[in-house]
Amino acid sequence: MSETIATRAAYGQALAALGEEYPDLVVLDADLSGSTMSKQFADAYPHRFFNVGIAEANMTGIAAGLATCGKRPFLHSFAMFAAGRAWEQVRNSIAYPRLNVKVVGSHGGLSVGEDGATHQCIEDYAIMRAIPGMAVVSPCDGPSMRLAVRALLDYDGPAYLRLGRLAVESVTDGIPGYRFELGRGFQLREGRDVTVLATGMMVQEALQAAQALDAEGIGVRVIDMHTIKPLDEEIVLKAARETGALVTSEEATVLGGLGSAVCECVAGSGLPVPVVRHGVQDVFGRSGAARDVLAAYGLTADGIRESVKRALALKG
Amino acid sequence: MTHQELALTAARARLLGLEMVYRAASGHLGGSYSALDLLTVLYQNVMRVDPQDPQAPGRDRFVLSKGHCTPALYPTLALRGYFPVDELGQFRSIRGHLSGHAEMRHVRGVDMSTGSLGQGVSAAVGMALAGKLDGLGYRVYAMLGDGEVEEGQVWEAAMAAAKFQLDNLCAIVDVNGLQIDGPTAEVMPSEPLDQKWAAFGWHVIPCDGHDYAAIEAAYAQAAAVRGQPSVILARTVKGKGVSFMEGSAGWHGKAPNDQQYQQAKAELEGQIAALSQPAGQPGAAQAAPAERKEGKAYV
Repeated sequence: MSETIATRAAYGQALAALGEEYPDLVVLDADLSGSTMSKQFADAYPHRFFNVGIAEANMTGIAAGLATCGKRPFLHSFAMFAAGRAWEQVRNSIAYPRLNVKVVGSHGGLSVGEDGATHQCIEDYAIMRAIPGMAVVSPCDGPSMRLAVRALLDYDGPAYLRLGRLAVESVTDGIPGYRFELGRGFQLREGRDVTVLATGMMVQEALQAAQALDAEGIGVRVIDMHTIKPLDEEIVLKAARETGALVTSEEATVLGGLGSAVCECVAGSGLPVPVVRHGVQDVFGRSGAARDVLAAYGLTADGIRESVKRALALKG
Repeated sequence: MTHQELALTAARARLLGLEMVYRAASGHLGGSYSALDLLTVLYQNVMRVDPQDPQAPGRDRFVLSKGHCTPALYPTLALRGYFPVDELGQFRSIRGHLSGHAEMRHVRGVDMSTGSLGQGVSAAVGMALAGKLDGLGYRVYAMLGDGEVEEGQVWEAAMAAAKFQLDNLCAIVDVNGLQIDGPTAEVMPSEPLDQKWAAFGWHVIPCDGHDYAAIEAAYAQAAAVRGQPSVILARTVKGKGVSFMEGSAGWHGKAPNDQQYQQAKAELEGQIAALSQPAGQPGAAQAAPAERKEGKAYV
């Protein structure tokens, strides 16, 4: 039986585990280290951990300054504040000077649940993706998150990493030959009729949907798009050519994130292939138990199944 | 440098800044001129830097948090030997690399890209933290405007610097009393700055920002403080050095027209000529304090 673990938990383990191998790694948090799981690193390497209090803008600038001195800072808050509140600091103090800072946003998407709309960041992919030179990464499960942490440590440049709050089933560890390469999607399941390009915890939902659709005689390819930017255009266009219909799925607004990136790619290719964007349809979330909120907004395997049907109808 | 040499260097920097802004037909002279004496002392007599090795890990660092004052910073760097003075002609031009606001990737000697107010001081906190972490003895300087301190991020950074006991960090507030829309006292009163910084845990050093002896003493005092960061509250005159720009908020971000350029150039060339006399000559003695107006009191 595969491991069930929140990506933030796997992240916290990986960061602490890599502390010795990467002596330049320094970690910042803004009073949420227990939630973002940066606390594990803080406990292991207290002198390389800086809790700056509830001050995300300042944290972002401090990380930039540390990076100018050769450190590899990873800064942490909820996605809403790391990406949202400090957006302009990320743009001007980190990305514009192309500093080697990793902006880590935990509790991304609607699955924050009970805290409600103020804390449900559905815009992080879009606003981070809009910044020139900013990589955007959103692994789907614990094993791929652990690989992502190392990949981001080895990547010299600004990047945004989303962590999820909920425990999720591991789906990448059983895949033969699975590897995590920044900027490269990975095909988790073959299918000839339609492709679902999913990111974050929607990957698990997509795999479930694909299994259900299989019983209906519909072959669904599922691709883990853990890197939203730079987009793996090769794997997207190959899927467009070979399956003729695409569905994107993200726990985020459908404006500006993975769905938009795929549409931009496909529209520019000249391929006459429909793209249905599954995600939050330009509305705010609301309070509720996480799984209930996800269900209320259709961010489930059922929601993906409906999107697949729509894509197939458009394919004609 | 002697005080006369500092005054001469600052006057040359003001003339270079004037030419940059006149040629580009845009730029920020007022706050550059108020900051120039502080900057000149810092780069010529205080900071341990080597223009031939601008990325040396152990160097002192400077962050121009009031990042629009490149007509002060870029001439100061050029006169310190980071790049040829000729390159200043590319300021704000699409053909050059000297951007309107301070930029670290293409301009030799710039330690941090700035321009969005309130952000530079946080980066300086990060640099000071890295220095402590690595046990390197370098010092970090960050210059802010007194309008800039209206940004909340400045006070977030102030809290953090005190928490981490960054005695290797020195902030300099260029208190010229004016911001774009008018006097800071009217736009958003930020006084009493000394009490505010002290309450945030900083060692406060008041100073006349155009008196070289006072500026040197302030930097020395800051370097001697242990266990807390220091802030120099430098009383200055916006537009310092050009008679019709002094004390005028209108010269915050305006380029001079032909006539204004000629007049400013003549004034600055006059100061340079007087300061170029050997020390002890009558002209030299008078040049530095000439035309000085009193800055706004900050207490």
